[in-house]
Amino acid sequence: MKIEEIKNGIVIDHITAGKGEELYKLLGLDKLEIPVAIMKNMNSAKMGKKDIIKIDGAVELNTDIIGYIDPCATVNIIKDGKTVNKYGVSLPRELKNVISCKNPRCITSCEQELDQIFKLTDEEAHEYRCLYCETKAK
Amino acid sequence: MRSLIDIKELSVKEIDSLIETALDIIDNPQKYSEKCKGKKLATLFFEPSTRTRLSFEAAMYELGGNVLGFSEAQSSSSAKGESVADTARMISCYADIIAMRHPKEGAPLVASMNASIPVVNAGDGGHNHPTQTLADLLTIKRKKGRFNNLTVGLCGDLKFGRTVHSLINALNRYEGIKFVLISPEELRVPSYVKNEITKAGKEYIETKDLVSAMPELDILYMTRVQKERFFNEEDYLRLKDSYILDPAKLTNAKADLSIMHPLPRVNEISVKVDTDPRAHYFEQALNGKYMRMALILMLLGIK
Repeated sequence: MKIEEIKNGIVIDHITAGKGEELYKLLGLDKLEIPVAIMKNMNSAKMGKKDIIKIDGAVELNTDIIGYIDPCATVNIIKDGKTVNKYGVSLPRELKNVISCKNPRCITSCEQELDQIFKLTDEEAHEYRCLYCETKAK
Repeated sequence: MRSLIDIKELSVKEIDSLIETALDIIDNPQKYSEKCKGKKLATLFFEPSTRTRLSFEAAMYELGGNVLGFSEAQSSSSAKGESVADTARMISCYADIIAMRHPKEGAPLVASMNASIPVVNAGDGGHNHPTQTLADLLTIKRKKGRFNNLTVGLCGDLKFGRTVHSLINALNRYEGIKFVLISPEELRVPSYVKNEITKAGKEYIETKDLVSAMPELDILYMTRVQKERFFNEEDYLRLKDSYILDPAKLTNAKADLSIMHPLPRVNEISVKVDTDPRAHYFEQALNGKYMRMALILMLLGIK
Protein backbone atom coordinates (compact mmCIF):
# COMPACT_ATOMS: atom_id res chain seq x y z
CA MET A 1 0.00 0.00 0.00
CA LYS A 2 1.44 3.34 -0.96
CA ILE A 3 0.39 6.83 -0.04
CA GLU A 4 2.07 9.58 -1.97
CA GLU A 5 4.67 11.77 -0.34
CA ILE A 6 3.37 15.21 0.54
CA LYS A 7 4.98 18.42 -0.67
CA ASN A 8 3.73 20.92 1.88
CA GLY A 9 1.95 19.83 4.97
CA ILE A 10 2.21 17.90 8.23
CA VAL A 11 2.96 14.29 9.11
CA ILE A 12 2.03 13.10 12.60
CA ASP A 13 4.22 10.05 13.08
CA HIS A 14 4.83 7.45 15.78
CA ILE A 15 1.22 7.44 16.92
CA THR A 16 0.57 4.41 19.11
CA ALA A 17 -1.29 1.89 16.93
CA GLY A 18 -5.03 2.30 17.39
CA LYS A 19 -4.97 5.95 18.44
CA GLY A 20 -4.79 7.50 14.95
CA GLU A 21 -8.51 7.63 14.39
CA GLU A 22 -9.28 9.25 17.76
CA LEU A 23 -6.58 11.85 17.12
CA TYR A 24 -7.98 12.50 13.64
CA LYS A 25 -11.40 13.20 15.11
CA LEU A 26 -10.26 15.32 18.07
CA LEU A 27 -8.02 17.45 15.84
CA GLY A 28 -11.06 18.11 13.66
CA LEU A 29 -9.26 16.80 10.57
CA ASP A 30 -12.56 15.36 9.33
CA LYS A 31 -13.68 18.94 8.72
CA LEU A 32 -10.75 19.81 6.43
CA GLU A 33 -11.26 19.96 2.69
CA ILE A 34 -7.65 19.11 1.84
CA PRO A 35 -6.35 15.54 1.45
CA VAL A 36 -5.77 13.76 4.78
CA ALA A 37 -4.68 10.14 5.18
CA ILE A 38 -4.82 7.96 8.28
CA MET A 39 -2.46 5.01 8.01
CA LYS A 40 -3.15 2.34 10.59
CA ASN A 41 -0.98 -0.50 11.87
CA MET A 42 2.06 0.47 9.83
CA ASN A 43 5.27 -1.46 10.49
CA SER A 44 7.72 0.34 12.72
CA ALA A 45 11.20 -0.78 13.71
CA LYS A 46 10.89 1.04 17.06
CA MET A 47 7.25 0.46 17.93
CA GLY A 48 6.30 -2.74 16.13
CA LYS A 49 3.15 -1.12 14.80
CA LYS A 50 2.15 2.51 14.61
CA ASP A 51 -0.40 4.85 13.09
CA ILE A 52 0.50 7.83 10.90
CA ILE A 53 -1.57 10.84 9.82
CA LYS A 54 -0.59 12.81 6.72
CA ILE A 55 -2.12 16.20 6.02
CA ASP A 56 -1.49 17.56 2.55
CA GLY A 57 -1.56 21.29 3.21
CA ALA A 58 -0.64 23.86 5.83
CA VAL A 59 -2.97 23.84 8.83
CA GLU A 60 -2.72 24.99 12.45
CA LEU A 61 -2.70 22.00 14.77
CA ASN A 62 -3.49 22.07 18.47
CA THR A 63 -0.44 20.22 19.79
CA ASP A 64 -2.12 19.94 23.23
CA ILE A 65 -4.58 17.55 21.63
CA ILE A 66 -1.78 15.45 20.14
CA GLY A 67 0.03 15.38 23.50
CA TYR A 68 -3.19 14.41 25.28
CA ILE A 69 -4.00 11.51 22.95
CA ASP A 70 -0.44 10.28 22.54
CA PRO A 71 2.61 11.97 24.06
CA CYS A 72 4.79 9.54 22.04
CA ALA A 73 3.73 11.05 18.71
CA THR A 74 6.02 13.29 16.67
CA VAL A 75 5.08 16.14 14.37
CA ASN A 76 6.93 16.70 11.08
CA ILE A 77 6.46 19.92 9.15
CA ILE A 78 7.05 19.36 5.44
CA LYS A 79 7.96 22.13 3.02
CA ASP A 80 8.83 21.54 -0.63
CA GLY A 81 8.97 17.82 0.05
CA LYS A 82 11.50 18.16 2.88
CA THR A 83 11.13 17.92 6.65
CA VAL A 84 11.92 21.41 7.91
CA ASN A 85 10.88 20.92 11.51
CA LYS A 86 10.35 17.85 13.66
CA TYR A 87 9.24 17.89 17.26
CA GLY A 88 7.81 15.73 19.98
CA VAL A 89 4.79 16.57 22.10
CA SER A 90 4.16 16.18 25.80
CA LEU A 91 1.18 15.80 28.08
CA PRO A 92 -0.35 19.29 28.38
CA ARG A 93 -0.90 20.62 31.91
CA GLU A 94 -4.33 21.88 30.89
CA LEU A 95 -6.85 21.04 28.16
CA LYS A 96 -9.26 23.75 27.11
CA ASN A 97 -12.34 22.87 25.07
CA VAL A 98 -10.89 19.58 23.85
CA ILE A 99 -12.98 17.10 25.82
CA SER A 100 -16.21 17.53 27.75
CA CYS A 101 -17.09 16.64 31.30
CA LYS A 102 -19.48 13.69 31.43
CA ASN A 103 -20.60 14.27 35.03
CA PRO A 104 -24.30 15.22 34.88
CA ARG A 105 -23.91 17.03 38.22
CA CYS A 106 -21.12 19.28 36.88
CA ILE A 107 -21.91 22.97 36.40
CA THR A 108 -20.77 22.63 32.75
CA SER A 109 -23.72 20.31 32.13
CA CYS A 110 -26.20 23.15 32.54
CA GLU A 111 -24.12 26.23 31.71
CA GLN A 112 -22.83 25.34 28.30
CA GLU A 113 -21.07 28.62 27.56
CA LEU A 114 -18.41 27.73 30.16
CA ASP A 115 -15.02 26.63 28.86
CA GLN A 116 -14.46 22.90 29.32
CA ILE A 117 -11.18 22.87 31.24
CA PHE A 118 -9.33 19.76 32.38
CA LYS A 119 -6.17 19.71 34.50
CA LEU A 120 -3.45 17.06 34.42
CA THR A 121 -3.67 15.54 37.91
CA ASP A 122 -1.51 12.43 37.56
CA GLU A 123 1.22 12.49 34.95
CA GLU A 124 2.13 8.83 35.32
CA ALA A 125 -1.44 7.62 34.87
CA HIS A 126 -2.21 10.27 32.18
CA GLU A 127 -5.08 11.35 34.37
CA TYR A 128 -7.04 14.52 33.70
CA ARG A 129 -9.79 15.90 35.92
CA CYS A 130 -12.45 18.51 35.27
CA LEU A 131 -11.47 21.89 36.74
CA TYR A 132 -14.97 22.40 38.11
CA CYS A 133 -16.10 19.06 39.54
CA GLU A 134 -12.80 17.09 39.52
CA THR A 135 -14.40 14.16 37.70
CA LYS A 136 -11.85 12.04 35.86
CA ALA A 137 -11.83 12.40 32.07
CA LYS A 138 -12.99 9.25 30.33
CA MET B 1 -8.76 38.82 46.88
CA ARG B 2 -9.11 35.29 48.06
CA SER B 3 -11.92 32.72 47.99
CA LEU B 4 -12.33 29.30 49.57
CA ILE B 5 -13.63 26.60 47.26
CA ASP B 6 -11.72 23.51 48.40
CA ILE B 7 -10.16 22.78 51.81
CA LYS B 8 -6.88 21.89 50.05
CA GLU B 9 -6.46 25.59 49.19
CA LEU B 10 -5.68 26.30 52.84
CA SER B 11 -2.18 25.56 54.07
CA VAL B 12 -1.61 23.90 57.44
CA LYS B 13 -0.40 27.27 58.69
CA GLU B 14 -3.57 29.02 57.53
CA ILE B 15 -5.74 26.36 59.17
CA ASP B 16 -3.77 26.84 62.39
CA SER B 17 -4.31 30.57 62.16
CA LEU B 18 -8.08 30.14 61.56
CA ILE B 19 -8.29 27.84 64.57
CA GLU B 20 -6.39 30.32 66.68
CA THR B 21 -8.83 33.07 65.67
CA ALA B 22 -11.84 30.81 66.34
CA LEU B 23 -10.51 29.96 69.82
CA ASP B 24 -10.01 33.64 70.53
CA ILE B 25 -13.57 34.37 69.36
CA ILE B 26 -14.84 31.70 71.77
CA ASP B 27 -12.90 33.28 74.65
CA ASN B 28 -13.52 36.93 73.76
CA PRO B 29 -16.74 37.26 71.73
CA GLN B 30 -17.07 40.97 72.59
CA LYS B 31 -13.76 41.76 70.90
CA TYR B 32 -15.22 40.58 67.60
CA SER B 33 -18.77 41.90 67.86
CA GLU B 34 -18.17 44.89 65.58
CA LYS B 35 -15.34 43.63 63.38
CA CYS B 36 -17.59 43.42 60.33
CA LYS B 37 -19.66 46.52 60.97
CA GLY B 38 -20.84 47.91 57.65
CA LYS B 39 -19.99 44.68 55.79
CA LYS B 40 -22.51 42.46 54.06
CA LEU B 41 -22.51 38.72 53.53
CA ALA B 42 -24.57 37.45 50.59
CA THR B 43 -25.88 33.94 51.20
CA LEU B 44 -26.67 32.54 47.76
CA PHE B 45 -28.33 29.22 48.43
CA PHE B 46 -29.50 27.64 45.19
CA GLU B 47 -30.70 24.64 47.15
CA PRO B 48 -32.08 24.56 50.65
CA SER B 49 -29.70 24.00 53.56
CA THR B 50 -31.07 25.43 56.73
CA ARG B 51 -28.16 24.65 59.01
CA THR B 52 -25.27 25.81 56.87
CA ARG B 53 -27.09 28.99 55.85
CA LEU B 54 -28.10 29.85 59.41
CA SER B 55 -24.57 29.14 60.61
CA PHE B 56 -23.12 31.58 58.05
CA GLU B 57 -25.76 34.18 58.89
CA ALA B 58 -25.23 33.82 62.64
CA ALA B 59 -21.46 34.09 62.05
CA MET B 60 -21.85 37.38 60.17
CA TYR B 61 -24.33 38.84 62.68
CA GLU B 62 -22.00 37.98 65.57
CA LEU B 63 -19.26 39.90 63.77
CA GLY B 64 -21.57 42.93 63.62
CA GLY B 65 -22.20 42.61 59.88
CA ASN B 66 -25.35 42.25 57.82
CA VAL B 67 -26.73 39.52 55.62
CA LEU B 68 -28.68 39.46 52.38
CA GLY B 69 -29.49 36.65 50.00
CA PHE B 70 -31.89 33.91 49.07
CA SER B 71 -32.44 30.38 50.25
CA GLU B 72 -33.74 28.61 47.16
CA ALA B 73 -33.16 28.91 43.43
CA GLN B 74 -36.82 29.78 42.75
CA SER B 75 -36.42 33.11 44.49
CA SER B 76 -33.27 34.03 42.53
CA SER B 77 -32.67 35.17 38.96
CA SER B 78 -31.34 31.73 38.09
CA ALA B 79 -35.01 30.76 37.81
CA LYS B 80 -35.08 33.20 34.88
CA GLY B 81 -32.00 31.57 33.40
CA GLU B 82 -29.24 33.82 34.74
CA SER B 83 -25.81 32.18 34.76
CA VAL B 84 -23.77 31.66 37.93
CA ALA B 85 -21.11 33.97 36.47
CA ASP B 86 -23.60 36.83 36.00
CA THR B 87 -25.13 36.29 39.44
CA ALA B 88 -21.64 36.50 40.96
CA ARG B 89 -20.82 39.71 39.06
CA MET B 90 -24.09 41.29 40.08
CA ILE B 91 -23.84 40.32 43.78
CA SER B 92 -20.30 41.76 43.82
CA CYS B 93 -21.98 45.18 43.46
CA TYR B 94 -24.09 44.69 46.58
CA ALA B 95 -22.12 42.64 49.11
CA ASP B 96 -18.59 42.21 50.49
CA ILE B 97 -18.43 38.42 50.58
CA ILE B 98 -20.48 35.53 49.18
CA ALA B 99 -21.36 32.17 50.72
CA MET B 100 -22.74 29.95 47.97
CA ARG B 101 -24.44 26.58 47.98
CA HIS B 102 -25.36 25.11 44.61
CA PRO B 103 -26.54 21.67 43.50
CA LYS B 104 -24.11 21.69 40.57
CA GLU B 105 -20.51 20.75 41.29
CA GLY B 106 -18.06 23.53 40.50
CA ALA B 107 -20.65 26.35 40.60
CA PRO B 108 -18.90 28.21 43.47
CA LEU B 109 -15.61 27.99 41.55
CA VAL B 110 -17.31 29.60 38.54
CA ALA B 111 -18.67 32.29 40.87
CA SER B 112 -15.19 32.93 42.30
CA MET B 113 -13.75 33.26 38.80
CA ASN B 114 -16.25 36.04 38.04
CA ALA B 115 -16.89 37.81 41.33
CA SER B 116 -14.82 40.75 42.52
CA ILE B 117 -15.41 39.76 46.16
CA PRO B 118 -14.43 36.57 48.06
CA VAL B 119 -16.60 33.49 47.51
CA VAL B 120 -16.96 30.72 50.09
CA ASN B 121 -18.16 27.35 48.87
CA ALA B 122 -20.99 26.37 51.22
CA GLY B 123 -21.42 23.00 49.47
CA ASP B 124 -21.55 22.14 45.78
CA GLY B 125 -23.45 18.92 45.12
CA GLY B 126 -21.51 15.90 46.30
CA HIS B 127 -18.21 17.65 45.70
CA ASN B 128 -16.78 20.04 48.33
CA HIS B 129 -17.90 21.54 51.61
CA PRO B 130 -14.78 23.16 53.08
CA THR B 131 -16.43 24.98 55.97
CA GLN B 132 -17.80 21.66 57.27
CA THR B 133 -14.22 20.42 57.33
CA LEU B 134 -13.17 23.55 59.21
CA ALA B 135 -15.88 22.77 61.78
CA ASP B 136 -14.59 19.19 62.01
CA LEU B 137 -11.01 20.39 62.51
CA LEU B 138 -11.90 22.84 65.27
CA THR B 139 -13.85 20.07 67.00
CA ILE B 140 -10.83 17.75 66.82
CA LYS B 141 -8.57 20.51 68.10
CA ARG B 142 -10.85 21.34 71.03
CA LYS B 143 -11.48 17.73 71.97
CA LYS B 144 -8.13 16.09 71.31
CA GLY B 145 -5.82 19.10 71.50
CA ARG B 146 -3.89 17.98 68.43
CA PHE B 147 -4.09 16.84 64.80
CA ASN B 148 -1.22 14.36 64.87
CA ASN B 149 -1.03 10.78 66.15
CA LEU B 150 -4.73 10.08 65.90
CA THR B 151 -6.58 6.99 64.78
CA VAL B 152 -9.60 8.28 62.93
CA GLY B 153 -12.53 5.98 62.21
CA LEU B 154 -14.81 7.03 59.39
CA CYS B 155 -18.03 5.07 59.28
CA GLY B 156 -21.04 4.73 57.00
CA ASP B 157 -21.29 6.02 53.46
CA LEU B 158 -17.66 6.62 52.58
CA LYS B 159 -18.25 6.53 48.83
CA PHE B 160 -20.51 9.52 48.34
CA GLY B 161 -19.79 11.38 51.58
CA ARG B 162 -18.08 14.63 50.58
CA THR B 163 -17.40 15.53 54.21
CA VAL B 164 -15.43 12.30 54.62
CA HIS B 165 -13.27 12.95 51.55
CA SER B 166 -12.53 16.54 52.60
CA LEU B 167 -11.66 15.50 56.15
CA ILE B 168 -9.29 12.81 54.84
CA ASN B 169 -7.61 15.41 52.61
CA ALA B 170 -7.22 17.80 55.51
CA LEU B 171 -5.86 15.21 57.98
CA ASN B 172 -3.52 13.67 55.41
CA ARG B 173 -1.18 16.58 56.09
CA TYR B 174 -0.52 15.73 59.73
CA GLU B 175 1.93 13.22 61.21
CA GLY B 176 0.89 9.91 62.69
CA ILE B 177 -2.65 9.88 61.30
CA LYS B 178 -4.20 6.47 60.73
CA PHE B 179 -7.58 6.01 59.08
CA VAL B 180 -9.95 3.14 59.80
CA LEU B 181 -12.49 3.10 56.98
CA ILE B 182 -15.63 1.33 58.17
CA SER B 183 -18.33 0.73 55.57
CA PRO B 184 -20.22 -1.89 53.62
CA GLU B 185 -18.37 -3.01 50.50
CA GLU B 186 -20.77 -1.03 48.30
CA LEU B 187 -19.93 2.26 50.00
CA ARG B 188 -16.15 2.12 50.35
CA VAL B 189 -13.91 5.17 49.96
CA PRO B 190 -13.22 5.73 46.22
CA SER B 191 -9.80 4.60 45.05
CA TYR B 192 -8.62 8.12 44.19
CA VAL B 193 -9.15 9.17 47.83
CA LYS B 194 -7.28 6.07 49.03
CA ASN B 195 -4.47 6.96 46.62
CA GLU B 196 -4.27 10.37 48.29
CA ILE B 197 -3.84 8.68 51.69
CA THR B 198 -1.08 6.45 50.34
CA LYS B 199 0.62 9.35 48.56
CA ALA B 200 0.61 11.28 51.84
CA GLY B 201 2.42 8.34 53.46
CA LYS B 202 -0.46 7.60 55.82
CA GLU B 203 -1.92 4.25 56.83
CA TYR B 204 -5.46 3.05 56.36
CA ILE B 205 -7.38 -0.13 56.91
CA GLU B 206 -10.78 -1.01 55.51
CA THR B 207 -13.29 -3.01 57.49
CA LYS B 208 -16.99 -3.78 57.54
CA ASP B 209 -17.06 -4.23 61.28
CA LEU B 210 -17.64 -1.14 63.42
CA VAL B 211 -17.60 -3.01 66.75
CA SER B 212 -14.24 -4.69 66.26
CA ALA B 213 -12.69 -1.44 65.00
CA MET B 214 -13.99 0.54 67.97
CA PRO B 215 -11.29 -0.05 70.67
CA GLU B 216 -8.45 1.62 68.78
CA LEU B 217 -10.33 4.73 67.66
CA ASP B 218 -9.56 8.23 68.96
CA ILE B 219 -12.24 9.74 66.74
CA LEU B 220 -15.35 8.15 65.25
CA TYR B 221 -16.82 10.18 62.40
CA MET B 222 -20.27 8.83 61.59
CA THR B 223 -22.17 9.38 58.34
CA ARG B 224 -25.51 8.13 57.19
CA VAL B 225 -25.98 5.00 55.09
CA GLN B 226 -28.70 6.09 52.72
CA LYS B 227 -31.20 3.65 51.30
CA GLU B 228 -31.06 5.17 47.82
CA ARG B 229 -27.36 4.29 47.52
CA PHE B 230 -28.12 0.56 47.41
CA PHE B 231 -28.99 -1.44 44.34
CA ASN B 232 -31.57 -3.49 46.20
CA GLU B 233 -33.56 -3.17 49.37
CA GLU B 234 -32.42 -6.55 50.65
CA ASP B 235 -28.79 -5.40 50.89
CA TYR B 236 -29.86 -2.19 52.58
CA LEU B 237 -31.93 -3.99 55.19
CA ARG B 238 -29.11 -6.45 55.80
CA LEU B 239 -26.54 -3.69 56.35
CA LYS B 240 -28.30 -0.70 57.81
CA ASP B 241 -28.21 -1.73 61.47
CA SER B 242 -24.49 -2.54 61.39
CA TYR B 243 -23.80 1.16 60.97
CA ILE B 244 -26.15 2.53 63.58
CA LEU B 245 -24.22 3.68 66.60
CA ASP B 246 -25.82 2.79 69.92
CA PRO B 247 -24.52 2.53 73.52
CA ALA B 248 -23.88 -1.22 73.14
CA LYS B 249 -21.46 -0.67 70.26
CA LEU B 250 -19.55 1.82 72.41
CA THR B 251 -18.82 -0.71 75.15
CA ASN B 252 -15.21 -1.23 74.10
CA ALA B 253 -14.54 2.34 72.98
CA LYS B 254 -11.84 4.51 74.50
CA ALA B 255 -12.92 6.73 77.38
CA ASP B 256 -11.76 9.81 75.47
CA LEU B 257 -13.23 8.84 72.09
CA SER B 258 -14.71 11.76 70.19
CA ILE B 259 -17.93 10.92 68.32
CA MET B 260 -18.57 13.28 65.43
CA HIS B 261 -21.20 13.63 62.71
CA PRO B 262 -21.66 16.39 60.11
CA LEU B 263 -25.46 16.36 60.75
CA PRO B 264 -28.29 16.13 59.94
CA ARG B 265 -28.56 12.82 61.70
CA VAL B 266 -31.45 10.56 60.82
CA ASN B 267 -31.07 7.30 62.70
CA GLU B 268 -27.39 6.43 62.33
CA ILE B 269 -26.65 7.55 65.87
CA SER B 270 -29.18 6.44 68.45
CA VAL B 271 -30.53 9.34 70.54
CA LYS B 272 -29.38 7.31 73.56
CA VAL B 273 -25.80 8.24 72.61
CA ASP B 274 -26.57 11.98 72.83
CA THR B 275 -26.06 12.06 76.59
CA ASP B 276 -22.72 10.23 76.37
CA PRO B 277 -19.97 12.78 77.18
CA ARG B 278 -18.10 11.49 74.12
CA ALA B 279 -20.88 12.69 71.77
CA HIS B 280 -19.54 15.87 70.23
CA TYR B 281 -21.73 16.34 67.15
CA PHE B 282 -23.81 19.24 68.44
CA GLU B 283 -20.70 21.09 69.57
CA GLN B 284 -19.34 20.40 66.11
CA ALA B 285 -22.21 22.46 64.63
CA LEU B 286 -21.40 25.29 67.04
CA ASN B 287 -17.72 25.06 66.09
CA GLY B 288 -18.81 25.49 62.47
CA LYS B 289 -20.12 28.96 63.32
CA TYR B 290 -16.86 29.98 65.00
CA MET B 291 -14.77 28.76 62.08
CA ARG B 292 -17.03 30.57 59.60
CA MET B 293 -16.51 33.75 61.65
CA ALA B 294 -12.74 33.26 61.52
CA LEU B 295 -12.90 32.54 57.78
CA ILE B 296 -15.01 35.63 57.01
CA LEU B 297 -12.45 37.76 58.87
CA MET B 298 -9.56 36.15 57.01
CA LEU B 299 -11.13 36.52 53.56
CA LEU B 300 -12.12 40.13 54.24
CA GLY B 301 -8.61 40.87 55.50
CA ILE B 302 -9.88 42.01 58.90
CA LYS B 303 -7.50 41.46 61.82
